[in-house]
Amino acid sequence: MDALLFQITSGITTGFIYASLALALVMIFQSTNHINFAQGEMAMFSTYIAFTLVQAGVPFWIAFPTTLLGAFVMGFVIERFVLRPFADAPVLTIVIVFIGLLVIFNSIAGWIFGYEMQPFPSPFPHSWGTRLVSAHQLGIAVVTLSVLAAVYLFFRFTSLGLAMRAAAQNPVSSRLVGIRVGLLLAVGWGLAAAIGAVAGIMAAPIVFLEPNMMAGIMIYAFAAALLGGINNPAGAVPGGIIVGVLENLAGAYVVGTELKLTTALVMILLVLLIRPAGLFGRTLRTRV
Amino acid sequence: MTMTGYTESLTPAAAARRNFGKGRVARIGCVLAVVALACLVPFIGTSYQTLQMTFVLIYAIALLGLNILVGYNGQLSLGHGAFFGLGAYIAAIMMHHFGLPYWSTIPVVAVLCLIGGFLFGLPALRLEGHYLALATFSLALAMPQILKYPAFAQWTGGFMGLVISPVPVPAGVPLSSDQWLYFFCLALTLVMFLIGWNLMRGRTGQAIIAIRDQPTAAVSMGINLAYYKSMTFGVSAMYAGVAGALSALTAQFVSPDSFDFFLSISLLVGIVVGGIATVSGAIFGAVFIQFIPNIAEHISKSASWAVYGVALIGFMYLMPQGVVGLIRRLRGVISGAKRSAA
Repeated sequence: MDALLFQITSGITTGFIYASLALALVMIFQSTNHINFAQGEMAMFSTYIAFTLVQAGVPFWIAFPTTLLGAFVMGFVIERFVLRPFADAPVLTIVIVFIGLLVIFNSIAGWIFGYEMQPFPSPFPHSWGTRLVSAHQLGIAVVTLSVLAAVYLFFRFTSLGLAMRAAAQNPVSSRLVGIRVGLLLAVGWGLAAAIGAVAGIMAAPIVFLEPNMMAGIMIYAFAAALLGGINNPAGAVPGGIIVGVLENLAGAYVVGTELKLTTALVMILLVLLIRPAGLFGRTLRTRV
Repeated sequence: MTMTGYTESLTPAAAARRNFGKGRVARIGCVLAVVALACLVPFIGTSYQTLQMTFVLIYAIALLGLNILVGYNGQLSLGHGAFFGLGAYIAAIMMHHFGLPYWSTIPVVAVLCLIGGFLFGLPALRLEGHYLALATFSLALAMPQILKYPAFAQWTGGFMGLVISPVPVPAGVPLSSDQWLYFFCLALTLVMFLIGWNLMRGRTGQAIIAIRDQPTAAVSMGINLAYYKSMTFGVSAMYAGVAGALSALTAQFVSPDSFDFFLSISLLVGIVVGGIATVSGAIFGAVFIQFIPNIAEHISKSASWAVYGVALIGFMYLMPQGVVGLIRRLRGVISGAKRSAA
């Protein structure tokens, strides 16, 4: 029984990581209808920035917001300079550009920081830990939940958040009432990159820091985003938690850890086949 | 282009027909010249160069298959490395465990991968654009894990992979094993290209393209969307599988990590560089993915990835039709210049 409870709680905490990355994916999908395949690699790159800062002696709780700011700028710049020229391009082109970004981030990280696994110390004090939940797991829950709450409050109660929601929902009308849709699109990318960076920094103490660290997390974040509904930001959190728990239970009791990625593949296929809109998403109909 | 370009009393249609005839002769001549050159390779080059060119042929087959799916049918696959690996493993298992001759693996792999691709294509029918990309992306990531899975290790060799005996040269043929394998791959490449070219120029090809451009109109014209889309997926997987089987014969070895995500990305890079929705682009793409990583690796381990990434974005930005598109444009410029000179 204890073992089962342990699997579930640790599933929930990894679920928070998936939820953050899934939220980043959903945010970009909402405003552009594109799935950002490079989201995980951008998060990995941000995590290396945080690591470099911490190595240079910067206290973690200063390095963390600095990195998020850096990630924001990175996302903003990528949208403005790399993706803007492809604004009206077909899906095929956009996906190829995303894969290009993924590959470039991965290789630059390998080039600058090397391919060795780096231990990333957990920033949370050991005293937080209990028998069931480790200090880092509790820390993940606190940090990701505060970030998610901040994102919710931002979109719900600030005028910038309102403008961003309007721009995503109806770009043409928003532009007509004076909202700078193009600029907000880039801001959205920046925010998504920052949220992804949170996921990366929280994941690094668990999976170790290396250029390919996000591959497995990314595929689970995809599953989480799809399960929660790719067009519903609020769905990303339950989606992430369900996927995290399922992953742990399947790993512990059904298929073993060797097939973790295959479990994610099966989850993605099942969601897409049985309920493509996800649990909390809207079903979209296209007019022909 | 002005009307004076069409001299004499030819109607535009007649001129087009005549140009088409001329173009066809030129094209056939071009193909024959390339094949003749390709036949010389193993006699001019070293055995290592022959091996490299064998891989160019193998990649060309896989790229043609991927391009039929992505370029002509508009279904995006980021996971064709998985079908490549499937073909390689089927061939390896047939030879390693059952001691079957190397040539017998090709038809078996073709049929099994056709079925496998068709079956994957059936659920993929419901997936469009990004969702299909996502599903195939996760297939590519999961493939090495599936191949390593201990329950299958008895057949797949697990982490270790399988070793295959070298391809024997038929009695009385004065060639080395490398040279013989090269010609074997060349013959298969020609057959596969002939099939692909024939498929795309006929009714089937028209249906496949119509589905990409106007799915609704295609259905109302009586095209069976589900059948054509799944079948295109199957045919495309068949090409990838045959290429994979040939790669196993050439490398004399299969291991799970050679069929990872990087292979799928390489194939995507190949069709982007060669030219999406072109048949001949597969050859340019194959040359690119065979030689560029080798050259880039002299600079740094990560340089080949970086080159791939830059190639993907750069080609989409500057020449979305790839090398073949560039050649077509140049040819257009030259013939335009000729016409205005005349």
